[in-house]
Amino acid sequence: MLNGERITKIVLFLTSLIIIFIASGMVLTLMEGAIPAFKEFGFKFIISSDWNPTDGRESYGALPFIIGTIATSIIALLICLPLAFSTSLFIGEIYRGTKLASFIGMMVDMLAGIPSIVYGLWGFYVLRPWVVDMGFNDQGYGVFTAGLILAIMVIPYATSISVEMIKMVQNDLKEAAYSLGATRKDVIFSVILPNARSGIFTSYILAFGRAVGETMAVTMLIGNSNIIPKGLFDTGNTMASLIANQFGEADGLKLSSLVAIALLLFFITGLINGFGKLLIKKL
Amino acid sequence: MKMISILKKTDAQVERKWDARFIKDKIFTGFIIIFSLITISPIVLIISKLISKGYKQLNWSFFTETTPNTYQAMLAVNLGEIIPGGVLNGITGTILMVLIASIMAIPIGIMVGIFLYENQTKKYAVIVKDITDILQGVPSIVLGLISYFWVVKYITNGFSALAGSFALFIMMLPLIIRSTEETFKMIPVSIKEAGFALGAPYHKIILKVMIPSGLSGLITGILLAISRVVGETAPLMLTALGSMVVNLNIEKPTSALPLLIWEFYNDPNMVDLIWATSLLLMMLVLGLNLISKYIISKRNL
Repeated sequence: MLNGERITKIVLFLTSLIIIFIASGMVLTLMEGAIPAFKEFGFKFIISSDWNPTDGRESYGALPFIIGTIATSIIALLICLPLAFSTSLFIGEIYRGTKLASFIGMMVDMLAGIPSIVYGLWGFYVLRPWVVDMGFNDQGYGVFTAGLILAIMVIPYATSISVEMIKMVQNDLKEAAYSLGATRKDVIFSVILPNARSGIFTSYILAFGRAVGETMAVTMLIGNSNIIPKGLFDTGNTMASLIANQFGEADGLKLSSLVAIALLLFFITGLINGFGKLLIKKL
Repeated sequence: MKMISILKKTDAQVERKWDARFIKDKIFTGFIIIFSLITISPIVLIISKLISKGYKQLNWSFFTETTPNTYQAMLAVNLGEIIPGGVLNGITGTILMVLIASIMAIPIGIMVGIFLYENQTKKYAVIVKDITDILQGVPSIVLGLISYFWVVKYITNGFSALAGSFALFIMMLPLIIRSTEETFKMIPVSIKEAGFALGAPYHKIILKVMIPSGLSGLITGILLAISRVVGETAPLMLTALGSMVVNLNIEKPTSALPLLIWEFYNDPNMVDLIWATSLLLMMLVLGLNLISKYIISKRNL
């Protein structure tokens, strides 16, 4: 009955439970920690823009951070779009298979390896002065600067998946188009894009998901003001960055509010990634 | 040969070169090249910045001494000297925490990866796989929060290296699981079947056939997972906190290279140390990446 093979299978099954345990425990812990905040503020927690830790008048709302997160991530996506698109065509089509393409590919991989905090430093000491020099704002902090650094950080993710998708387009189709006298631009727009469209789209969704959860680089550049940013160059804060900033001195209702924000962040990234994975499965 | 060269220069082709479509194509390709160069320019800019600003601090004491306090750093900066001391506490802390995280994540990750590979069609395995994907997408700061509630509050009763390791462990786990599964999918089934045909028990086939034949893939996955967590700062801020001295007690607050960068960033006197520490961290991450690339290229031969 209980021979070696069965034991091995049972052991493997039991270790797989660790994943279930960690994931469900994570959700339960976040929910439990978030209960006081949601009890106190109810649904208003999500739509209130008030973040006031003063004793006695404590009031916490997540809206500024939800907006800050979405704003920085959208800016990152918009900047990333043309760059990742071009780079993926460079590697996956125009210079496909050449030494040059693998060199560029290696550089893109290296970009993916740089730790978030090093991006933050570089953004602080190099990008921020540029933003100041261009006259956008005095300090250089803000939603735009944070979005810019996020764009550089997520480009590798969008690029590497896009390259795979572009390479998957069948050669016959491309050759048929070339034989009809199409230029490379024609082939890219009328053969490759229609075929790899959903895959490329997915790569941007996953890149967006990464931008949403980034912490350190954003913390160092967004200016950390707990208000809804009014413009591109206004300061703000994101959900992840707020947790990193305020966790140290948090307890009671404030801690619970931070956990509630972590729970929201967990669900938002889960939804974005789940959607992206669903699209990939359909390909 | 002559025929071809004549064919190459027909009037039609000369004309085609100036056709609007071909000009548009050239312009389009030009844009692609320019944008691609813009994409890779940050890596060049970042590395050259780190090297040009950080190399001065990279001396022997940088690796053998612990962080100086603000006052020492200020004195040195005022005298125009390089800041004394180093980042030994960060180096040992990073090694300690990554080591503990790896000890937990590698066996569990490989076992779950094997489970997923063996049960690819079963519904339960598909659910485990989806959950693994979700775990991989969870922002690292949330993992830090979880480790705070589980380890800092209940196990070590305070900020500790163990809590930091646990956060890194949850980060590494999905990476190792997926790379293990992908590696095993590439091994020909016939190798495994040959083992079964010899009457070898299941666990022996895993240990003596599958793991050895997929070893390079497994090591690559592990190295990439380590290189991903080695630079993590956010989860360690909530768990390991940091320390000024070398600490090898897993129940005590511990420093790490990224945590030190964060501390130096917040201390105006320590600015010079930021670059050298970042340079060291980058060399570590890129080194791990290069080793794994090297292993992949060897396997493909």
